[in-house]
Amino acid sequence: MPHPRQLPLLLPALTALVSVFMLAPIALSVLAGLVNNYSTGLASGLTLRWISEVLDVYGSTVAASLLLALLCVGGSLLLGVPCAYALARSRSRWARLFEELLTLPVAVPGLATALALILAYGQFSSFRQSFAFILVGHLVFTLPFMVRTVGAAFRRHELLALEEAARSLGANFGQRFMGVLVPAVLPAIVAGSLMVFTLSVGAVSLNWKLHTPLTRTLPVGLADSYASMRIEIGSAYTLVFLLVILPVLWGLQWLGHLIEKHHGT
Amino acid sequence: MTSHSRLLGLCAAPAVAFFAAFWLLPVVRLFALPAEKGWTTYVAVLLDSRYLHSLLNTLGLSLAVTLVTLLLGGVVGITLARLRFAGKPLLLSLLTLPLSFPGVIIGFFIILLGGRQGLVADLTEWLGLGRTTFAYGLTGLFLGYLYFSLPRAIATYTAAASAMDAQLEEAARSLGASRWQVAKDVWIPELAQTTLACGAIVFATSMGAFGTAFTLASKFEVLPITLYNEFTNYANFALAASLSITLGLITWLSLFLARHAAGPAAAGA
Repeated sequence: MPHPRQLPLLLPALTALVSVFMLAPIALSVLAGLVNNYSTGLASGLTLRWISEVLDVYGSTVAASLLLALLCVGGSLLLGVPCAYALARSRSRWARLFEELLTLPVAVPGLATALALILAYGQFSSFRQSFAFILVGHLVFTLPFMVRTVGAAFRRHELLALEEAARSLGANFGQRFMGVLVPAVLPAIVAGSLMVFTLSVGAVSLNWKLHTPLTRTLPVGLADSYASMRIEIGSAYTLVFLLVILPVLWGLQWLGHLIEKHHGT
Repeated sequence: MTSHSRLLGLCAAPAVAFFAAFWLLPVVRLFALPAEKGWTTYVAVLLDSRYLHSLLNTLGLSLAVTLVTLLLGGVVGITLARLRFAGKPLLLSLLTLPLSFPGVIIGFFIILLGGRQGLVADLTEWLGLGRTTFAYGLTGLFLGYLYFSLPRAIATYTAAASAMDAQLEEAARSLGASRWQVAKDVWIPELAQTTLACGAIVFATSMGAFGTAFTLASKFEVLPITLYNEFTNYANFALAASLSITLGLITWLSLFLARHAAGPAAAGA
């Protein structure tokens, strides 16, 4: 435990300054989304008018964004967990190579990946314009996080012994995988899911079309309207984002802590 | 044994197939594309002064943001790791909250602070200095990038500083080291790996950031925006591909170098 000795005053002062810089815009935008008129401030009274306006216009994209994030978690579980197991147990050179390659989509900007996907599959316009296209983009980006987090858990030594014990007792692979391995790495699976969900939501947010910012069908763009529309609506939009995303994030986090406590890892 | 490895192969197959179809293949195509317009397209970013300018802009901005982020993040991290006060967990979770914000929202925050109706404009008017705006220039872009970089640095440094060996610092103090010497000889070496890893991530994220710059529609052009314009407005696919290769190589290289410089100890982190 570090000693709580007095720090030079400069450090807490800078910390306070940074905190104000980080938190003021959030507070400001929550407030601005709730007042009648931003330039008059609180004196103009509080209203939910802007929020309902945002929900009318963008409500469907909020739902789409959440659905996308959930599908992304599901997809990365199906693809990622077995793959993490294979990579953790395999000693082949190809496995190491694939592991290395898998982290590349994280290392290059999403813009480059999006461009590559559009150039490769853009001519299949029904796929290009579908929800699946965006899901694919998100999966490519989030899969490495799931594989890494769960793979690290699969590599633990006591798990090898546990798996061996189950095998010697006659459990087949399916029984071992679902009955022994997956429950043992459940905390890592929850942590990975949380990460994937956060990334998916953060990468796109409500305006999930922006994820492929290179679409020519992209209207002037939500971001553009952000810059030009009324500050109250922009703020309400941010507020809706916070209201929708935060409970889900905190709920998942809480679930992660709960499982961790139960499994005691 | 062979049945075992076949089993492992089956486990990995769906992910391998998916990754090959939707990342490897498209990226190989992306790499091949500029060749259609001649080999010089690959180095267009160096040959055309407009693209070069945009590249240098992005590099300079990202470097500056990285340095300031590391400095401020380090200070806040060490302070939060040392101080104990009511509401600290809440403050820490609020400070890391913006990690999940999309770049577009952060751009909007900067408009709230430094736009025409912004907080700073109100403040400077009240002080009798006229309405100051900075959202749509270099300052706005810098602050926006700082905003999305700081949460990561604060979270990383707080964790690393909490895990620092307090005995080393005690020993240094009891041997009569000044505050500055403690910072120089204990804190900085202990946090060096964190700094390297976090710095590379912050730099790479800043290089490729799109949403914030797009929202601010800044007069200061950065490479992701140039790339976007080439593709959307001019339909110049070969050039857009070339620019994304440049951008991708820079971010990949910075992460790669940081990982290797940090050594095997940090490889698992």
